[in-house]
Amino acid sequence: MSEGTIFTKSRCGRKGIDLPALDVPPVDPAAVFGAGSLRSAPAGLPEVSEAQAVRHFVNLSSKNYHVDKGMYPLGSCTMKYNPKMNEDLARLPGFTGLHPLAPEELCGGALQLMDELGRFLCEITGFEGISLQPAAGAHGELTGLLLIRNWHLERGDTARVEILMPDSAHGTNPASCTLAGFRTVNVKSNSRGEVDIDDLRAKAGPATAGLMLTNPNTLGIFESGIEEITRIVHDAGGLCYMDGANMNAMLGIARPGDMGFDVCHLNLHKTFSAPHGGGGPGSGPVACRDFLARYLPDPVVTRTGDGGPAMTRPERSFGRLLAFHGHFGVLVRAWAYIRTLGAAGLREASETALLNANYLKARLRDTYDVPYNDGPCMHEFVISGERQARAGVKTLDIAKRLLDYGFHAPTVYFPMIVHESMMIEPTETESLESLDAFVEAMLSIAREIDAKPHLVTDAPVNTPVLRLDEVRAVKELEIVEKWENS
Amino acid sequence: MSRFTSILGADRRRMLSAVGAETVGELIASIPAGSRLERALDLPEAASELELVREAEALASANSAASLVCFAGAGSYDHFIPSAIDHILLRSEFYTAYTPYQAEVSQGTLQCIFEYQTMIARLTGLDCANASMYDGASAAAEAALMAIRATRRNRVAVSASINPRYLEVIRTYLAQGGFSMETVPWLPDGLVDYDAARGALAESAALIVQQPDFHGVVQDLRAAASLAHAAGALLISVTDPVAAAVLESPGAAGADIAVGEGQSMGVPMSFGGPFVGFMACRKELVRNMPGRIIGRTEDKAGQTGYVLTLQTREQHIRREKATSNICSNEALMALANTIYLSLAGESGFKEISLQCLSRASYLEGILSALPGVRRPFAAPFYREFVLEYPVEAAAIVREAARHGYLAGVPVPSLGPRALLTSVTEKRTKAEMDGLRDAIAGICREVK
Repeated sequence: MSEGTIFTKSRCGRKGIDLPALDVPPVDPAAVFGAGSLRSAPAGLPEVSEAQAVRHFVNLSSKNYHVDKGMYPLGSCTMKYNPKMNEDLARLPGFTGLHPLAPEELCGGALQLMDELGRFLCEITGFEGISLQPAAGAHGELTGLLLIRNWHLERGDTARVEILMPDSAHGTNPASCTLAGFRTVNVKSNSRGEVDIDDLRAKAGPATAGLMLTNPNTLGIFESGIEEITRIVHDAGGLCYMDGANMNAMLGIARPGDMGFDVCHLNLHKTFSAPHGGGGPGSGPVACRDFLARYLPDPVVTRTGDGGPAMTRPERSFGRLLAFHGHFGVLVRAWAYIRTLGAAGLREASETALLNANYLKARLRDTYDVPYNDGPCMHEFVISGERQARAGVKTLDIAKRLLDYGFHAPTVYFPMIVHESMMIEPTETESLESLDAFVEAMLSIAREIDAKPHLVTDAPVNTPVLRLDEVRAVKELEIVEKWENS
Repeated sequence: MSRFTSILGADRRRMLSAVGAETVGELIASIPAGSRLERALDLPEAASELELVREAEALASANSAASLVCFAGAGSYDHFIPSAIDHILLRSEFYTAYTPYQAEVSQGTLQCIFEYQTMIARLTGLDCANASMYDGASAAAEAALMAIRATRRNRVAVSASINPRYLEVIRTYLAQGGFSMETVPWLPDGLVDYDAARGALAESAALIVQQPDFHGVVQDLRAAASLAHAAGALLISVTDPVAAAVLESPGAAGADIAVGEGQSMGVPMSFGGPFVGFMACRKELVRNMPGRIIGRTEDKAGQTGYVLTLQTREQHIRREKATSNICSNEALMALANTIYLSLAGESGFKEISLQCLSRASYLEGILSALPGVRRPFAAPFYREFVLEYPVEAAAIVREAARHGYLAGVPVPSLGPRALLTSVTEKRTKAEMDGLRDAIAGICREVK
């Protein structure tokens, strides 16, 4: 059943809020600004009671899948459990009521938390400098690339305009390069799914500003040649950026700073348990080597002479990427997560993520093709639906059928170097029972493809709506509700 | 084992055996020895839930500014947030859901964003809106880049009276792409100097004006629009949504793109984030817009449904040619905006706006009546205003805090004695009179 929009429930005169009476003289805006400066048309906002609004949004919520309901095997998205306590902590009035421009000496607790989190993240990545400002992973990528750019520019090295990246890179990587004023140069993957070192060597040179690499890569494979890869880029005069989207594979196991990287971002809404919120907010702190820290965006939290943390502008800061200091509410959640697990707990989380992924791969490999299956995977792996495609059922169909079985779909058709790809990342918070149930669903779908393929190609059928017409959405382009004033 | 994981020792053995490994250590054999961390991370001991609640409460209570009566604005406002909003945001269905890529199991999120886009478009008087940007400042920067794409010109003119933090974010985004920015000064009365803008606008992609501006002054958007359009440039309005409930909408005034900060609509200040940027534009510009967009369509059975649409603008399809690199946005905060605007409604939102105006006007009246206090600008303000005091603004903020007030935000660009003070519907007459008395005392004592 489709739910009418909130606008269809509006009747003039209803309201969902009440305000205290005005205890000062009312001001007539027409008298102050002139009648010609005032709105000539209504704002078209719905008029509903609080009870109606709550029912509307609760009914809509019931149409969502979510990680508290079941497993999200979404590769590279790290849909782990979001601890409940963290929601309460981020909502403490001493945090939510804090104005970002209040005098720093009256914000000591927030600054201490930011200082501690920055130190934790530096220790986890093996770096010395950090900015907590970036709002999301892609924002972190931009930040990291601007550090690289400004380092080269300050050295007068203006010819370095290229960023090398593997063809398996996430789409934000090349988009961030463009935004940062760089050109993307693709490096091939080899037969093991890793960076082709010869191709990298051929493409690294005087135009190379740096390398952007996700490690473990988007096939769930740790780049075994990482030390040589970073050496080649450094020898060519470039710097190395690690996209930390897959950091959940390596907590306490390996650190980008020890592999030769110079800078990386972290996704607090992946690795550090902050919820995805249906698409955001995220948080993408950037950690870097000492020599890059002077270019970080304004402000960073540092210790002052008397020991208390304070906000300062780095000496050669490239500027600012957000009005204020970052997604503080998300920082609180990540801080609480790290404090809850400690060093041993973080390592255990990553080890369990690896075990869960390898177990799923082992259980699925007889039924689905697993390209690049030379050894164990890290926290995720990619299977190919090519065998099933030959039977006339596409990966998209398998993804939709999984919805009928009560699971979210994996990441599909990415990375693009694998045909009919499904990228599966269970995370450490799934139990063996839920992993087994997912395997049973995948095997059952494979049997359906052999016996009754229409069950899969017609899927989903147990969802609030059936398959949606995306072509029509583009053609008709109805992106706002029409009304008489528009 | 932490309380977030469920794999027992017996499970582990069974799983390793299925994998064909003896130990978990074998799974990381591909990591070169030199890159492995051979020690434990140096982090504080793990804390139990109870211990951590105590620790976080201690940190929160060390933020004494959070308990002050807030008269600070400058891009972050202390509005009342109805309880119903957080009850809905805390539903697992919303906050623990992923980006709605699998539309059939994401109709809740998708329809909410469609309603959000509709509200933003209507409020700004424009044809379409996207699903949100990181914050008002980054939305303004992305709007500048959008205008550059749409007009194929490579510089923008920006009013110098927009929020200086926004100005810096725009400058940062533009400089890296090799684009330039010119600022347009303001006149003594606080209004943008449109004569000066004329020169800056030649060959510019856009003129960016804030409404009301950083100093609280209400600008003449219509004049800005005709000036920009005469030069072949777009008008980008950085819009305060609360003021837009009463003032002419940017779209009706002639703006081509409206962006702004949604924090005022149901999102707490939280030391500056997460906030939520909005972006709306004329329909001719929609394909140049960055970010996610939701569209209405039908399923196979003809039922109404919602999907992500126009995705060929986005990074996961277009890669280096995408309109932006944005992926994660501020979906949950946009939901807070949607619920807030649903609860407030047409008349409630206007009433909130008018209360801000009336209360700000009252406070400005009693503060500027103090000896030696004057407002530097003659043009009318909306919900915040700058005053010059006989003592330094930083001293007023510091001393007023002792009386329980956060008096405002100093504006060093207007001199050491300029303070920007902001008023929301939450501020009572008693609080405003109290602030006045405190500042009167500070001016006497510090002098």
